[in-house]
Amino acid sequence: MTNVVEPMAEVTATERRSEVLVELRGLAVEYGFGDRRVRAVDGIDLAIHAGEVVGLAGESGCGKSTVANAVMQILRPPAHLTRGSILFRGDDLTLKKREELRKYRWRNVSMVFQSAMNSLNPVMRVGDQFVDMMQAHQHVSKKAALARAAELLDVVGIDKRRVRAFPHELSGGMRQRVIIALALALSPELLIMDEPTTALDVIVQREILQQVQDLQRDLHFAVLFITHDLSLLLEFADRIAIMYAGEIVESAPSARLHENPQHPYTRGLMESFPPISGPLQRLAGIPGAPPDLADPPSGCLFHPRCPLCLPEEAAMYARQTTERPRLREVERDHFVACHRVEGVA
Amino acid sequence: MTETSLDVRHLTKHFPADSARLGRRSYVHAVDDVSFTLRRGRITALVGESGSGKSTVARVLARLYEPTKASVLFEGRDVSSERSRSALRRYRSQVQMIFQDPFGSLNPVKTVRHHIERPLLIHGIVARDELEERVHDLLTTVGLVPPEHVAAKYPHELSGGQRQRVAIARTLAVEPVVLLADEPTSMLDVSIRIGILNLMLKLKEERRIAFLYVTHDLACARYVADEILVMYAGQIVEQGPIEAVLADPLHPYTRLLLSAVPDSGLGESKRIEVRKGLASAAVDPPDGCRFVTRCPLAIDVCSHTTPPLVEARSEHAARCHVTAPSQSHAEKEAVR
Repeated sequence: MTNVVEPMAEVTATERRSEVLVELRGLAVEYGFGDRRVRAVDGIDLAIHAGEVVGLAGESGCGKSTVANAVMQILRPPAHLTRGSILFRGDDLTLKKREELRKYRWRNVSMVFQSAMNSLNPVMRVGDQFVDMMQAHQHVSKKAALARAAELLDVVGIDKRRVRAFPHELSGGMRQRVIIALALALSPELLIMDEPTTALDVIVQREILQQVQDLQRDLHFAVLFITHDLSLLLEFADRIAIMYAGEIVESAPSARLHENPQHPYTRGLMESFPPISGPLQRLAGIPGAPPDLADPPSGCLFHPRCPLCLPEEAAMYARQTTERPRLREVERDHFVACHRVEGVA
Repeated sequence: MTETSLDVRHLTKHFPADSARLGRRSYVHAVDDVSFTLRRGRITALVGESGSGKSTVARVLARLYEPTKASVLFEGRDVSSERSRSALRRYRSQVQMIFQDPFGSLNPVKTVRHHIERPLLIHGIVARDELEERVHDLLTTVGLVPPEHVAAKYPHELSGGQRQRVAIARTLAVEPVVLLADEPTSMLDVSIRIGILNLMLKLKEERRIAFLYVTHDLACARYVADEILVMYAGQIVEQGPIEAVLADPLHPYTRLLLSAVPDSGLGESKRIEVRKGLASAAVDPPDGCRFVTRCPLAIDVCSHTTPPLVEARSEHAARCHVTAPSQSHAEKEAVR
């Protein structure tokens, strides 16, 4: 498609995939200080391999955007890391200096934010925003940077001449493409997309995601794709992690998760999307609402909404309401945190 | 045949575009000659992209906008020309609207009870001594239990889904015949969404309410609706029973919409090529099919003659020269 962004190294896809790019180990993030604390992310383990598309799904407030911000190293008070580490190619980012992190951002990992279409500077021409960003990271002339901007716009399907345009002259979908082009400008190894298409129409959403997928296949960057739309992830991600109330409750390759969801929350989520084809039946959804993280329930965080948490089964009920289930492997590469499915292992 | 509640004929809404230039004003054709019927105990989905005019249709029917041209028959009576306060009040008690944003549609300094009492009092639905009981009944109907507990709460104490239920309870207070739901679930979390859709199904079945469900989500539309209207750039381009339309759409735009829905069961081969373009209403659009620039099937006639809505299959009509051609003049007439 293009030689604009050269692949990182001459390795085959499989070799590349086996290599761990980013690893979160026991990551915990809190908002607030003293006795007014909310634990937004509570001990998450997640590995993103080179060239892999990992999906992170969950409801509003489950901590998925906080995870993205942690990987990008842009958590700001009142958010702070209380535990765990973030490894990028084995290097712990939590130990790095500010200047090192500044170089890491955008060059190694870049991010497309929620409502990113509004994150362009409204009084700067599109091309100049590329120049700004590129000159912050490398020695490059304005002319070369503009040329590169034009090439990148072409890659995401926007007329090159639009480098001269101001953001308000572009539609929402086009601005979102500009943002994606900006995020890819320094050939990062990981692209984080936080609800990249939520504000867009279905058709524009599909166009953009298709384009990202094509680019990803050509350029082999990894993607951390965050959304509440599980049906979208089932189609686009290689692997999916489901978050609930700050924890990962299930993770598996997309196909496995689709065929064999184990956690009652995952099943509930799947049953929240009516199918567009095939037989139609009444769906139950998930009763109740996610917990208040300032005052989380005891035991399994999902137990107040769980259809499998029944007082009649006293022994299991006692466990579900007092003991936090751990994420464990129930079959190869399929992890679930639920007292009910431990027996499957 | 199910009884007709709201019969909309030739609904047109033009908004003036920029400033009047030398006496000649241009207009955005937000809604152009849209006709459909809402029936008791049926849900009609109105789908399309942003700017296609679907919300404008709902707003005109709620009398929030004055239509440029329309005749609206409510239970057989033409209400489009009624302007008097009492007539409007009567109409509004029968035709209610649910808005997209449950965060913006409730008064933050008033309790849930207040929100539901207001319509009961304004429209004189119940006597004062029955007020409390009726409020509790309504809250129970929409699944907000225990009602005495919920009634005392303020909007900020409720989740998005609960707020939307309050908004629905408020509309039900006046015992409407028609509910216009403008994207009622699009701001809610996925796990909450189904609950609201199920509530719509329950109201349709138990109260025989006629729904106009405005959405861009085809899967949700299929889940609740009986009929579908597909809008593109201010016009209805396809309409019919929803299962028939989605199983085998006639209009290329409906096919495009359908192929954009995430469906893990659908192979990539079944997807159709997406061509860029805008679904939004045009300023003084020329004759011809409005979808022509994006259409993979376009032929010569498409760019200069506007296709009529043709009932190509039983109760299933489309506005397309290629897939729903009008054979004779008799058939050329728009579907009733």
